[in-house]
Amino acid sequence: MEHLFQQIQESLQYAFIQRAIVAGCFMALGCSFLGVFLVLRRFSLIGDGLAHVSFATVAIALLLHAQPMVVSIPLVSLASLAILKLNEKARVYGDAAIGLVSSFGIALGVIIASTAGGFNVDLFSYLFGNILSVSTFEVWMTAGISLVVAVVTMLFYHDLFAITFDEDYAQVSGVKVRTVNQVLILLTSFIVVLGIKIVGTMLVSSLIILPAIAALQVVRSFRAAIVLAGAIAVFSVIAGIFISYLLDLPSGATVVMVNFAIFIVLFVSQSFRLGDARG
Amino acid sequence: MSVKLVELDRVSVQYRGFEALSEISFPIEAGDYTAIVGPNGSGKTTLIKAILGLVPFEGQIIFQGTNLSAFKTTQHIGYLPQKISFFDPWFPATAKEVVLSGVYCCKKFPKRLSSSDHRAAEKAMGTLGVQDLQGRPIGKLSGGQQQRVLLARALVHRPQLLILDEPTVALDPQTREAFYSTIQKLNKEEGVTILLVSHDVGSAGRYVSKMLYLDKKVVFYGTLEEFCRSPEMSGYFGAGQHLICHRH
Repeated sequence: MEHLFQQIQESLQYAFIQRAIVAGCFMALGCSFLGVFLVLRRFSLIGDGLAHVSFATVAIALLLHAQPMVVSIPLVSLASLAILKLNEKARVYGDAAIGLVSSFGIALGVIIASTAGGFNVDLFSYLFGNILSVSTFEVWMTAGISLVVAVVTMLFYHDLFAITFDEDYAQVSGVKVRTVNQVLILLTSFIVVLGIKIVGTMLVSSLIILPAIAALQVVRSFRAAIVLAGAIAVFSVIAGIFISYLLDLPSGATVVMVNFAIFIVLFVSQSFRLGDARG
Repeated sequence: MSVKLVELDRVSVQYRGFEALSEISFPIEAGDYTAIVGPNGSGKTTLIKAILGLVPFEGQIIFQGTNLSAFKTTQHIGYLPQKISFFDPWFPATAKEVVLSGVYCCKKFPKRLSSSDHRAAEKAMGTLGVQDLQGRPIGKLSGGQQQRVLLARALVHRPQLLILDEPTVALDPQTREAFYSTIQKLNKEEGVTILLVSHDVGSAGRYVSKMLYLDKKVVFYGTLEEFCRSPEMSGYFGAGQHLICHRH
């Protein structure tokens, strides 16, 4: 046990581990706050969809020799608004709208990569980002966006609750439903773009979905759902990074595994509680 | 003399090229308990949406002497929507959180809840006999309890007008009667003006003071007494009129 702590202490001396933990925690908080609203509104796959869109936008940036983040943020934001619009206006359901835009993104990315050639390796490194290679600039960007998410969640908390619980009633109460929806989906697209470089496509969508559904197994109130989802996400990132360091495993996947294990524990404990209540 | 709370003046609503409501005019006086009845597709819910400012309409809706467009009606209207089993039974919200969401309408950005909002929520829950359910998850309550919690949400900001859209559809007969007597108490004792859309005209007739029979236009509007004496309404309802008027 002592040896384990010594190893963890040792790992903390590396700047790349420090940056990974700071960026990972901020990313976890931003994703999990948004996740509670997205999951409850049946929009949980939006992270996955937008990550696929950013695959195409990164390909465009590499083709144009531009900064991937600079190209991706506006384009992915546009795609997120398109998903919202499709869902509102056309005869397209929310989940199908995400599927539509994400398959378009993947197809476009693949076509650009295959015709331009030469940057496939680069492109794939964006698809499976690496938390251990996060730069100081990316740490600052992640912290900034996550703080924006936290502040917006606090400022619009009641509106977000009203819309998530009962969208029609929220509208009757004078909540600007469209504006709040747009803000929510734009913040999701910002965090997804940052996430593809830092934690990879897979981890971004799982950081949105897993902490939220794990927390929803046990909470009774909305506020508790947000707080617990944030705590689960941060714990998973820290534990995941240390475990991956100690066992020499891929860090992103380990974080997902820790998150998944927490979900299973809470799910099983909740099932037992319900079983006891019935019995 | 009775005070006009709301006055509708030749209100028409077009819906996908069809006229859903045509030149609706009637007053809602303070203290009225009005039932809106009519066949399916007669525009009952559309009329409510127009009063709530949710659908565009022609004509005028005057709220306490001010035009609807210049008046923030949400602060003065409480609304109980049609379906009560719409939400996810696992939704993470306590009954009190749901009731508190009724005060958001009257808040400016950034919305913050004060201790008086919490007191108002507790009082509204007390009035409806659900104060013991404050910390319980909304999805774990029975249909009747959920309905009372949603009614507390509609009442928490002390609206002058309470609009109920088919409130008893999902309730069993016993709970339904209890619900109607609660509404009657609010009307008689608290002076809340009630506008009730209902299919269940038999029960409604026992409590309401005015009837509006709607079929895209106003077919009949008057007191329950006038409704019961109207030969025209006898034509519409046949023996049913006696059931509504409880004169069988």
